Amino acid sequence: MGSEKTIAQKQFVTPFNVVAAIIILVGLVITVLRFTKGIGAVTNLDNNNPWGLWIGFDLLCGVALAAGGYVTSSACYIFGLKKYHSAVRPAILTAFLGYAMVVLALNYDVGRPWRLPYPIFYSQGTSSLLFEVGLCVFLYLTVLFVEWTPAAFEWLGLKKIRNWVVRLTLVLTIFGVILSTLHQSSLGALFLIAPSKLHPLWYSEYLHVYFFISSIFAGLSMVIFESSMAHKWLHDKMDETHLAEADGVVLGFGKAASFIMMGYIGIKIIGIAVDNNWHYLTTGWGLWFLVELIGFVLFPAILYSVGSREKNTKLIKIAAIWTILGIVLNRLNVSLIAFNWRLPASERYFPSFMEVWTTIFIITIGVVIYKFIATRMPILYEHPEYKEDH
Amino acid sequence: MAISRRKFLASIGAAIGAGTSGALTNAYGATNKHFKGYPQSFGVLHDTTRCIGCRKCEQACNEVNKLDKPEKAFDDLSVLDQKRRTKENAYTVVNKFKGKFDVFAKKQCNHCQEPACASACFVKALKKDKTGAVVYDESLCVGCRYCMVACPFNIPAYTYNDPITPKVTKCTMCLPRIREGKLPGCVEICPREALVFGKRKDLLKIAWKRIYKNPDHYIEHVYGEHEMGGTSWLYLSSVPFEQIGMSEDLGVTPAPKFTSGALGTVPMVVGLWPVLLTGVYAISKRKEKIANEEKKEAVQKANDLALNEMNNQLLQQKNQMTKEKEAAIRNEVAKALEKAAKKAEEDAKAADDAGKEEE
Repeated sequence: MGSEKTIAQKQFVTPFNVVAAIIILVGLVITVLRFTKGIGAVTNLDNNNPWGLWIGFDLLCGVALAAGGYVTSSACYIFGLKKYHSAVRPAILTAFLGYAMVVLALNYDVGRPWRLPYPIFYSQGTSSLLFEVGLCVFLYLTVLFVEWTPAAFEWLGLKKIRNWVVRLTLVLTIFGVILSTLHQSSLGALFLIAPSKLHPLWYSEYLHVYFFISSIFAGLSMVIFESSMAHKWLHDKMDETHLAEADGVVLGFGKAASFIMMGYIGIKIIGIAVDNNWHYLTTGWGLWFLVELIGFVLFPAILYSVGSREKNTKLIKIAAIWTILGIVLNRLNVSLIAFNWRLPASERYFPSFMEVWTTIFIITIGVVIYKFIATRMPILYEHPEYKEDH
Repeated sequence: MAISRRKFLASIGAAIGAGTSGALTNAYGATNKHFKGYPQSFGVLHDTTRCIGCRKCEQACNEVNKLDKPEKAFDDLSVLDQKRRTKENAYTVVNKFKGKFDVFAKKQCNHCQEPACASACFVKALKKDKTGAVVYDESLCVGCRYCMVACPFNIPAYTYNDPITPKVTKCTMCLPRIREGKLPGCVEICPREALVFGKRKDLLKIAWKRIYKNPDHYIEHVYGEHEMGGTSWLYLSSVPFEQIGMSEDLGVTPAPKFTSGALGTVPMVVGLWPVLLTGVYAISKRKEKIANEEKKEAVQKANDLALNEMNNQLLQQKNQMTKEKEAAIRNEVAKALEKAAKKAEEDAKAADDAGKEEE
C-alpha cells in the first residue's frame, strides 16, 4: 500500500499482458475492417435483425453490470452504510470504465458514430426512449468521471481541487441515482415499442421496471464479483481497511441481493398474471423463460440467502457469478433470443466471429485500463494523506 | 453549499424535464386525445385481388428512386418463388402466395398515421409529413437502426456495406413526385389498377364500397384502416391477410402509446427522486447524529457514575481513616493518661512509703 512508485519496474511480459496484446491486436484489425468495409463486412446483422451482440451484450449487459457504481455509492453516501466505504471507489471506477466501454462499443455499432452527439446537441428526438438512454448515459458518464477524479487528483497530488470535488459527493451521488434509474429502466422500455416482435413472456408493460430492479442486483453481484477478482490479482494493493471491510461488503451485498431478487421474481409473476400469459409457460418458450427465472434468478437468490445466513462468503461469491450470468441471459433474451421469435429459423440472427471478438476486445480494453489505474491510484487503499477524510 | 446544491439540482431537473416533457405531448401521455391522422393526407389502396405479379411497380420504383439494378431483371418472374422483403435497392417487392389460386401482394412502407419509426428516432430523422408520407432525412441519421427494431412491418433497410455514409432506405411515397402533382411511380405504372392513389379518407370509402359490392370476393376487412393506429396504405384481399404475409395481431394501438407510459414516469423520477434521496440522506444523517449524541450522553453518564462512586469511596475511606486516627489518638491519650496516672500513683505510693520509713 502506498507504493505507487514501485510498479513501473515490474516485468512487462506476463501471461496477462500477452493474452491481452493478442486480443487487442486482432481487435484492431477488425476495427480497421469495420470502418473501411462497413458494418456488413464484420457482422451478421441484416435488415430483419438490426441489433445484434453489440447492442444485446455490450450495451444492455454492459450498462446493467456497471450498476455497481450507483448502488454502492448510494448505499454508502445516501443510506449512510459507512462500512461499505472502501467498496465505493473500485465500484465507481468499474462503473466509469463500464460505461466508457459501452460508448466505445456504440461507436462500432451505429452507422455514423461521429454523429453520436447529434441527439443531445443537434436534433433531439424527445419521443424516443433511445433519446432518454443517450442523454442519461452521456450525463451519467460525466458524473462517474467526476466521481472518479478524486483518486486521480490524489495520485497527482492536487489537494485543493481534490477537496473541492469531494465536497460534491452527495450531489453527484443523488444525480447518479436519478440518471441510473432513468436509463437502466429505459433500456428495457426500448423494446416496449415492438410488442409484435418480442415474445409475450418477456414483453410486459413493466419491462422498464424489470430492467431497473434487476440492475440493482446486477450491480450488487458485480461488486461482489469484482472484489473477489481484485482480491485474487491485486491483493497487495489493498489496505487494512479495505481488507477488513471486504467480507462485510460481500455479506451485506449478498443479503441485499437475495431480498431484491425475491422481489423481482414477485413482480415477474405479477407481469405474467396481468397479461394472463400463463398458457405460454407450457410451451418451449415457457420452459426457456422458467430456466431464466428459476434457474438464474431464484436459485442464485436462495444461494445468496443461505450464504449470508451462514456467513459463508464462498457461497455468496458463487451466487454472484450465477446472478451475473442470469442478467446476461435476461438481456440477451429480451434483445436477441426472444426478439423476432416469430421469424423462421433461417432468418434468425447469430453473431459472427468478428462480432464476438470485438466484444471480447472491448472488455479486454476495460480490464487493462482498470488494472493500470488500480495499480497506480488510490482505488483499493486510502491515500495516506487523506485518511479519515470522509 | 446548501444553496449551490439546490440550484444545481434544480437546473438538472429543468434540463431533463424540458427534454422529456416534449416527449409527453408527442406521445399524448395521459390524455384521451385521439389523433386521426392529417385530414387531407394521401394514401394508396392496394387491391391484392387485382395484382398479377408483373413486377412493373418494382421496376418503376427502382427507376424513380435511381436505385442499383438488381441481379435478375424485372421481367424475370422466377424471383416471385421466394419470399422477399424490402432492402437497400428495393423499396418495394411483390410476393407470391400459393393457395387455391396464387395471390400477389405488394410490400413497401405503409406510412403509418403515427409511425413507430418516427416515434423511435432519437434525432427526428424520420417524420410524418402532412401529405401522409413518412419521410427520412439522411443528414440527421446516426444509424442506430432503432427504427428498424420499432417497425411492426419490418420495412426499413440499412446499407450495411457502406462504411462512410450508411443510411436507412425505404419507400418515400414518392413525396417529391406528389409535390410536383404526379402519381407515385408504382401507382402510375400499374397496368391492372391494383394501386389507387388518393386522399386516405376517400380510399377508405372506395375500399369499403368494393367490399359491399362484392362481399363474396373480398375479406370484410380493410387492412391498414386501424392496424397500429392506421396506415396510409390500405389493402384489400380475397384471402385472410395472414395468408399473404400480413400480421393480423398487431392490434389497433398506435406505436407511440406503447412507450408513453414509460416516458411519462421520467419527469416523476426527476421530480421525486431528489426529494426522496435527500430525505433518506437526512434521516440516516440524523440517526447517526442522534446515535452519536446518545453515545456521548451514555459515556458522560457512565463517567459521572464512576466519579461519584470514586468520590464516595474516597470519602468513606477518609472518614474511616480519620476515625482510625482519632481512635489511635484516643488510645494514645488514654495510654498516656493511664501511664501518667500509674506514675502518679507510684509516686504517691513511693512518697507514702518514704513517709512511713521516716516515722
